[in-house]
This record gives sequence, structure tokens and C-alpha cells, in this order.
Amino acid sequence: MKVRVDVDACVGAGQCVLAAPDVFDQRDEDGMVVLLVEDPPAELEAATEHAALLCPALAIVVEK
Amino acid sequence: MGDLDRVVVVGASAAGVTTAETLRREGHTAGLVLVGDEKVLPYDRPPLSKQVLAGTWEPERTALRPASAYTDHGIELRLGTPATGLDLARRKVVLSSGEEIGYDGLVIATGTTPRTLPFGHDLGGVHVLRTMDDALALRGDLLRSSSVVVVGAGFLGSEAAAAARRMGLDVTLVDPLPLPLVRQFGDRVATAIAELHEEQGVRLRMGTGVVALHGEGAVSGVELTDGSVLRADIVLVAIGAVPATDWLAGSGVPVDDGVVCDATCKAVDHVYAAGDVARWFNPRFGGLMRVEHRMNATEQGMAVARALLGAPTQFAPTPYFWTDQFDAKIQAHGVFPAEAEMVVAHGSLADRKFVAHYLVDGRVVGVLGWNMARQLLQDRHLITGLA
Repeated sequence: MKVRVDVDACVGAGQCVLAAPDVFDQRDEDGMVVLLVEDPPAELEAATEHAALLCPALAIVVEK
Repeated sequence: MGDLDRVVVVGASAAGVTTAETLRREGHTAGLVLVGDEKVLPYDRPPLSKQVLAGTWEPERTALRPASAYTDHGIELRLGTPATGLDLARRKVVLSSGEEIGYDGLVIATGTTPRTLPFGHDLGGVHVLRTMDDALALRGDLLRSSSVVVVGAGFLGSEAAAAARRMGLDVTLVDPLPLPLVRQFGDRVATAIAELHEEQGVRLRMGTGVVALHGEGAVSGVELTDGSVLRADIVLVAIGAVPATDWLAGSGVPVDDGVVCDATCKAVDHVYAAGDVARWFNPRFGGLMRVEHRMNATEQGMAVARALLGAPTQFAPTPYFWTDQFDAKIQAHGVFPAEAEMVVAHGSLADRKFVAHYLVDGRVVGVLGWNMARQLLQDRHLITGLA
């Protein structure tokens, strides 16, 4: 699995951090998404996919 | 699931698309039809009053999914053909084309339509903002004009006012309430929003209603309750939205400010509702709730899909929403009733960087962050009832 984030689209909702805290974080200053792991291991794939589905700004793209 | 041969989802925006996609992802293998009233591929609405209006995003960038996603998932699209009727007994949806589509499961996700003034909408230059066409038409007019009056200082109106101001227009924001967004966030945050707009050169006319739009053919002015007339090349009417339920009249589906649903988002047997149009019983807050926020469309779409797949659960979300205006990113989790007491917990209002808690009877029911997203997320768990 490969993960990309679109910081320009991100609204800083933090839903990805709630769904997959090992994969996503937020910048302190403006809450924009920070990708911690570009290729999450198998055990984090489901959570990562859930994060992408939940993102209200469609800022997370997951490629399998 | 087996016993559902065909699911029809009426409404092809965020809630409808999420429902359809979740059905496929989680095991629905039979028929799946997505009906939409607009001709274009389903798109996302929050950017309309922000990036699309400002011109920083091309319209294509708002697509909810690439065209291939619908073919890949076997989602049959019926775009440009709004549903006009529903026959519960025969389980059929009637489309404007005359086509009737039978269903075993129906999802109502028709959203809302903008509320309008009782006058003036026949004049050129008078806009509402809900669809991509609306946004592009408004942007086109803004580019040709020097002044705009925005009627209604809710989320849409205040965001659009900010976008228009940044385009260099002379902007006046009018609302019968004393402050912008005061109903949503209370006096103190609303005062800070008012100050931000005034600093940026937006003229505020609060506590004032609109009695008439002036002009011949095209709008030229807005008459207020105090008798004054504001010059306006353009008027944006942003006075809220009403659930799009006309097509359900007489169908037997319960409608009362939205499609009335139980805690699993079911309206009547075989029929569910999701998104802006759904008024369901949210057990977390103990009442019927209709939420016109983007996050809810996704979460409720997912919940409805799972209910159709035979795993209904109580849909008990904590609402989340955000608004971007000038350099302010305001985000909120929970509910913000008028009687709530607001306490600044981190940062300060004066710095426009803070997290506030909203309390009712000493319990936190909502948390709001202004340019403080990370701290806000850490405080989310304080909301009563959240795990």
C-alpha cells in the first residue's frame, strides 16, 4: 500500500489521526496532515484505508 | 446479503456516493443505482464557497471520485434525472425521465436546496450557492463587478463574503442577527468573527433584515429594514437551506424538516436517509438531529450502507465541522446550544488562537478551535458521552 496526502486540500480535521494515529499526524501550527508512513505495513492498511474514506477533504489517496 | 437484489440511492453528492461505495466495499454484489439531479459527475461542495469561488481550484478538482470508480464498483449512474416520485407499496422510484426503478433497499440522500427571499430572485445578479453551476455563475459575476451584498451571515454567507473580499470587491454582509455565526457559536466567538471581517474590510450590517431588492432587469440595490439602500452589483442570498423532500410528498415517508428516521437512520421499511436531508434520532445527544455538515454526509452514508447490509447500529456521531474565513480556520466538534457556557481553555481570543469548551450543566457538549487544530483534537474526548 502507498499513501499520498494533498496538504493543499487538507482542512485539518484530524479524522485521519483519530482513525490511524500510527500513519498520520497534524502539524502543530495549522493542523495540516503529516504523513508518518508512506507505505504502511499490512496491520495498518485497514485503518489507513478507513482514514482515507473518512477524510472530509478527500486529501488522502491510497494505492494498493 | 443476498436478499437485496437492487439498492437505489437517490442523491449523488457526498452522502449518496459514500453509501454506494461502502455498499460495494462491504459486500453488496447485486444491483446498485445512483440517481442524481445534476448532469456532472458527483463533486464535493465545501470547496464551492472557498477554492472554487476564489478561483484557486478548477472545478474538476472537486470530483468526489474519478469516473472510473463508478465503473470499477459497478455503480450505475443516472445523472441529470432527478427523482420525482416514490411508490412505497410497489417499491419503485420514479425519475423525471419517466423511468421507474424498482428497489429492495432505498437510500434518500437528496440534500437541501437553498432558501430564497420572497422577492428579487428574478433579477440578474441575484445568486444562491449550492451547486457547481451556482458557484461558477457567482464567480463569473464577481469577476465583472465591484460590489456585492451577501444576505445571511451563516457559514456559507460569511465564507463567501471573505472570498469576495479577497477578490477585491466591496463587500457588505447583512443579517438580522446581531453578529455573524452567533447562532452557531455564541457571542464571544461571533464577536471575534465580526472583528476579523471588519479588519479585512467587509462592511457588516447586523441586526438588519432585507425588505426589497431594487433594479430593473439586474439588481442594483438592497433595501434594508431601516430604510437604507445598499448599492449592489451582485447579491448572494445565503439564508439557509431546506431539505429536498418535495419528491416524497404523499409517498408515506415521514417528512418534518427532513426525512424523519430512527436511530439506525431508517425512515420506513426498506427506506433509509443520509446526509443533509436526514433527521434522525441521535442517541448521543438524545434528540432528533439534522446535520448539514460535510463529515456527517460521509459517516451517515457509511452507517446506512451497513444497515442495508444487515448490520444496523445506532448512528451516534459527534458532529464535526469547520469553516475557513480569511486566515481563520475554525473547527468544532459536538453541539453548541444557545444556553451553553463558553470557556476559553487554551490560548486566547485576542490572539485568535484558542480552544474553547462549551458546557451545559457543567458538562462539555462541544469544543471549538480557532487556528489550534492539534490542541482541539486532544480536547475532543472531553465531550460528554464520547469514549
